[in-house]
Amino acid sequence: MQKVNRLQPFFENLVFERDDNTMIVNFGPQHPSAHGQLRLILELDGEMVTKAVPDIGYLHRGMEKMAENMIYNEFLPTTDRMDYIAASSNNYGFAHAVETLLGLEIPRRAQTIRMMLLELNRITSHLFWLATHALDVGAMTIFLYAFREREYAMDLIEDYCGARLTHSSVRIGGVPLDLPEHWITKLSKFLDKLPDDIADYEGLIDQNRIWKMRLEDVGIITPQMAQSWGCSGPMLRGSGIAWDIRKEEPYELYDEVEFDVPVSDTCDSYGRYKLHMEEMRQSIKIIRQVIPMYYDSEPEILAHAPQYISAPKEQIMTQNYSLMQHFVLVTQGMRPPVGEVYVPTESPKGELGFYINSQGGAYPYRLKLRAPSFWHTSILQELLPGHYLADVVTIIGNSNIVFGEIDR
Amino acid sequence: MIETALIIETVVKAVIALAVIAGMAGFATFLERKVLAFMQRRLGPMHVGPYGLLQLAADGIKLFTKEDIIPQNVVKPIFVIAPIIGAVSAFVAIAAVPYFPQFTVFGYTIHPIISDINVGLLFIMGAASVGMYGPLLAGLSSHNKWSLLGGARAVIQLLSFEVVSGLSILAPLMMIGSLSLIDINDYQIGGFSSWLVWKQPLAFVLFAIAGFAETNRTPFDLVEFEAEIVSGYATEYSGMRWGLFFIGEYANMITISALVSIIFMGGYNPLWIIPGAIMMLVKVSFWIFLFLWVRAAWPHVRPDQLMWVCWKVLMPLALINILITGIVLV
Repeated sequence: MQKVNRLQPFFENLVFERDDNTMIVNFGPQHPSAHGQLRLILELDGEMVTKAVPDIGYLHRGMEKMAENMIYNEFLPTTDRMDYIAASSNNYGFAHAVETLLGLEIPRRAQTIRMMLLELNRITSHLFWLATHALDVGAMTIFLYAFREREYAMDLIEDYCGARLTHSSVRIGGVPLDLPEHWITKLSKFLDKLPDDIADYEGLIDQNRIWKMRLEDVGIITPQMAQSWGCSGPMLRGSGIAWDIRKEEPYELYDEVEFDVPVSDTCDSYGRYKLHMEEMRQSIKIIRQVIPMYYDSEPEILAHAPQYISAPKEQIMTQNYSLMQHFVLVTQGMRPPVGEVYVPTESPKGELGFYINSQGGAYPYRLKLRAPSFWHTSILQELLPGHYLADVVTIIGNSNIVFGEIDR
Repeated sequence: MIETALIIETVVKAVIALAVIAGMAGFATFLERKVLAFMQRRLGPMHVGPYGLLQLAADGIKLFTKEDIIPQNVVKPIFVIAPIIGAVSAFVAIAAVPYFPQFTVFGYTIHPIISDINVGLLFIMGAASVGMYGPLLAGLSSHNKWSLLGGARAVIQLLSFEVVSGLSILAPLMMIGSLSLIDINDYQIGGFSSWLVWKQPLAFVLFAIAGFAETNRTPFDLVEFEAEIVSGYATEYSGMRWGLFFIGEYANMITISALVSIIFMGGYNPLWIIPGAIMMLVKVSFWIFLFLWVRAAWPHVRPDQLMWVCWKVLMPLALINILITGIVLV
């Protein structure tokens, strides 16, 4: 008889007590609310979680290694695939790190365009967060409402760079294009409408008894816990620690605009929900301030550094030397000076950092990503025990993890 | 002779009720999609037939022709029987529900109720609570942990809210003194002001909440809430077996809507110049719409909160209501 080779349950080296009444379930990677490819191994006592082990790697594409085999400009579209909910933030994080390595000065117009894109991405990301989080808690209408506004924001991004999901809307040294005609008008219209829509969402769930019952006192992260697990972004600010890289280490023009960093000291999921809503409002405020800055700036969108950045198109077409430089940059890539740099940016999810070690070649010697979701996934093992299975879904949704950037 | 006529009449009525309720259950799924769609700024099914009306037929064909999958390691007989229990109990419960006032065709008076038994309400609640075995057995036999969790949730939820729904209608029953739904209906014959909802508002609210829980509707749709326990007890089911669960659930929804309308909202008594049959249709439709409305508007609770609501809030209220009713009656 043929020997049947059945797959045995495989729990790596985790030791679970099997002689009591607990049940081990695999929450994911195919679970409907696993937010991508999270595999949580849960030990349940009834519906109470007694042990939780997050298991990642189901979306691993080896991005850090890929970076070592690509010239810097080639790697930029790959960063789209990290946090695919807010692709421009990743593009920007990488571009900003390389620019810091090169010591480039970015034209003011490019900076304003970047800031608009970054904040638009923050808005789309937060809308997406609200939509999926509400769906996880059972409020399915919010899901569709928030997605509509997200579509409008994505239409704007599409108008600018042609893509809706994987934007690649930033280049090392600036931005690829100036804003199209009437774009600012459309943007202003969107910004005028969005606060009403946010008020709509809040009208549906803000004071909703069930929504509050499900979120209040669920997933409490104390400030010490948040710090020791390396939380950042809304997860950290939800624990009452006012830490925003846009304020602490301002990049682009964030030191010239006025905005508040919302902080919640309730430490629970409801506080973080309020925080996300407030952050969207702050993003609107930032974009509104950036629009006049855009009009005041010179129409120059790429840094002037012939050694690293191709000259503008007209110059390439008319000047022989620029054409040659362009050819070398495209075929061989830029060669940054020897050195290493770690540059954090405040992505919608938290501190997105790029570490680049350059040995002077066209490829980075080592590139390391610090993705905020990775740290927010690891906190689950301390956060989940003691909660019910239904809260697991709430907490995962609330921590806003995206698997593209965890597994990279 | 009379007995033969009765048997024929009952069989005809049973077949009609089965066909109509099954059809209505199907139509309710269509309505649910449409109502939710309009509340959520979208269109819902639009491609099959005008306004997607034939979507129902398309879904039916899909369910019937789907491959019948019985996974490995399931307890086969129980796995097969469970959905049948769910659907059958839902339809059996309908037997004692009067939907319309009696009417005369060719000199023959027809009562639109399959069987006017004197313990009608008790029968309905009993039959409906047998339906609990559907999810329970499905969950236990499916060889799937999510199914097991779903089955467990189904049992605690249905069992607990049986208590609330039973206690809450006890108070109106004390006033009426009969369990037959026809008597309950006739008690409210005096028009709008004689509706029991004015005399028993608390019982009405409690019964409505319990109705939401017993039909697994939002905010108490814990039994097969996708984000938490995949599809609950129905995770391993597909095709017509799954369809049976589904039809049973919607038939339950119609039964609960009819019960609330009859017990608390004047039943099929005519209102002003509107005939009773139309009033009944309007009331049942309103309740079904309310079920869908709530689904569009609210998140849902956690199992432990559900238990808290049931045992610490609703049940004491129901008991107090009975006590007060008793004192007033004495």
